[in-house]
Amino acid sequence: MTLKPRKDLLDIASLTDDEIQFVLENAVSFKDLFKRSVKKVPPLRGQTVLTLFYEPSTRTRSSFEVAASRLSADVTHFDIESSSVVKGESVLDTVETLEAMRVDYIVVRHKQAGIPSLIAKNTRASVINAGDGWHAHPTQALLDAFTLQEIHKDLRGCRALIVGDIQHSRVARSTSLIFRRLGMQVAYLAPGSMMPREVPAEVPQFGNWHDALEWKPDVVYLLRVQSERLDEPFFPNAAEYHKHYGLTQERVEIIRERGLHLMHPGPVNRGVEITDAGMAYERSLINTQVENGIAVRMSVLYWLRPGAPLS
Amino acid sequence: MPKASRTLLTPAQMAESIADLAQKICEAHPAEEPIALAGIFTRGVPLAKRLAGELVKLGRPKPLVGTLDITQYRDDLSTFQMVPKLEGSEIAFDLDGLDVILCDEVIYTGRSVRAALDELYNFGRPKRVQLAVLVDRCGRELPVQPDFAALKVTLQPGERVAVRFQEVDPAGDSCIIESQPSSR
Repeated sequence: MTLKPRKDLLDIASLTDDEIQFVLENAVSFKDLFKRSVKKVPPLRGQTVLTLFYEPSTRTRSSFEVAASRLSADVTHFDIESSSVVKGESVLDTVETLEAMRVDYIVVRHKQAGIPSLIAKNTRASVINAGDGWHAHPTQALLDAFTLQEIHKDLRGCRALIVGDIQHSRVARSTSLIFRRLGMQVAYLAPGSMMPREVPAEVPQFGNWHDALEWKPDVVYLLRVQSERLDEPFFPNAAEYHKHYGLTQERVEIIRERGLHLMHPGPVNRGVEITDAGMAYERSLINTQVENGIAVRMSVLYWLRPGAPLS
Repeated sequence: MPKASRTLLTPAQMAESIADLAQKICEAHPAEEPIALAGIFTRGVPLAKRLAGELVKLGRPKPLVGTLDITQYRDDLSTFQMVPKLEGSEIAFDLDGLDVILCDEVIYTGRSVRAALDELYNFGRPKRVQLAVLVDRCGRELPVQPDFAALKVTLQPGERVAVRFQEVDPAGDSCIIESQPSSR
């Protein structure tokens, strides 16, 4: 099987089912590499991958950097803190600079939705959205789907309960979309202030764990509580959040009894959305998600092609 | 547009040729030396498996068989119009110190073999690497020659050898010359 390359990966919504399958299936081969002593393959030899993060990130950025290195690309980081961006250079000025450097792939994260798309329209390089505002985080969604597919080969009918600040989460947006595209059922558990105003009719909304667990999920997907939001009005404080919506010791016992899997995009806030016992839970997929993130990002980089026609 | 084609080997002749190849390999390798076969995707894989079967029939211990998906090692990957799906390579044994025979159904330019050698060395350091092919098609672009070949042909421009194996091709075994170049 072959597939047409795309120039950019900006969100999940614009991917076809075949494209999603292609990325997920090739990721299996990339993950196999990790068992070998030589984990490197040559398809991006001579290509430059640049990470352009306007928002701090350690995990996603290093995941992309490891993925690109394993594909033999040259990897470089555009350091925003020390760049002229802090002196007021616009995003498009920066892109022009990168264009002149002839980088081939730009991995971008920005607090404002739509910036990766704007960059993509103004460069020949392939652009990968590594998170833009509340909009999308497509590689997170792909790695989440890949991780669950390793456990349930056919995801149709599988139920995921997403817990946390859904309204302000690009992870929730992208991941729930890909889960539903793959035939899963998704439900949300969140305080009213964190529930999106518009939720698709087929997504049940719960306000407490008891009702949510009655829905019989197969996997519990905890979102990271952004600490800066905890002080905002209408948001619970950390202790309240933990008590009502966090994965407490007691709730760990319940999901253990029911054999549910546990996911989290990281980094976790211990004592807020998850307790220490949750981190040690034997059906936690959190570390697997990290490992799979590299394989899936390799698969995305392998598929995209700089200069490919926009679709 | 229909392709004109002529038969190079019938299925029965294909089977004989593979048995001949196994015989040549046996003659070149002392019985006590273990042999590993590495099939190059797609059709080097069934060839390697059949050669392994023939070697057993000749009284040899069952050879180790691995597979190599050379897609990511191809020198022309970035020029493909379409991105190939990866099959994944599998060498589930220690290569160090082994005699390894790469298997492919046809050698033509030699570029696939170059890619396969590159990949093979990421799995270990074999003692010796050789190449077995069903058809040696003239037209090398690299200094690479097969050690074992059942058949050697020179084709006209626009012709190509197409070998099919029932393990991967529903229409069954065939070895033909097609008079229209493949399009990639």
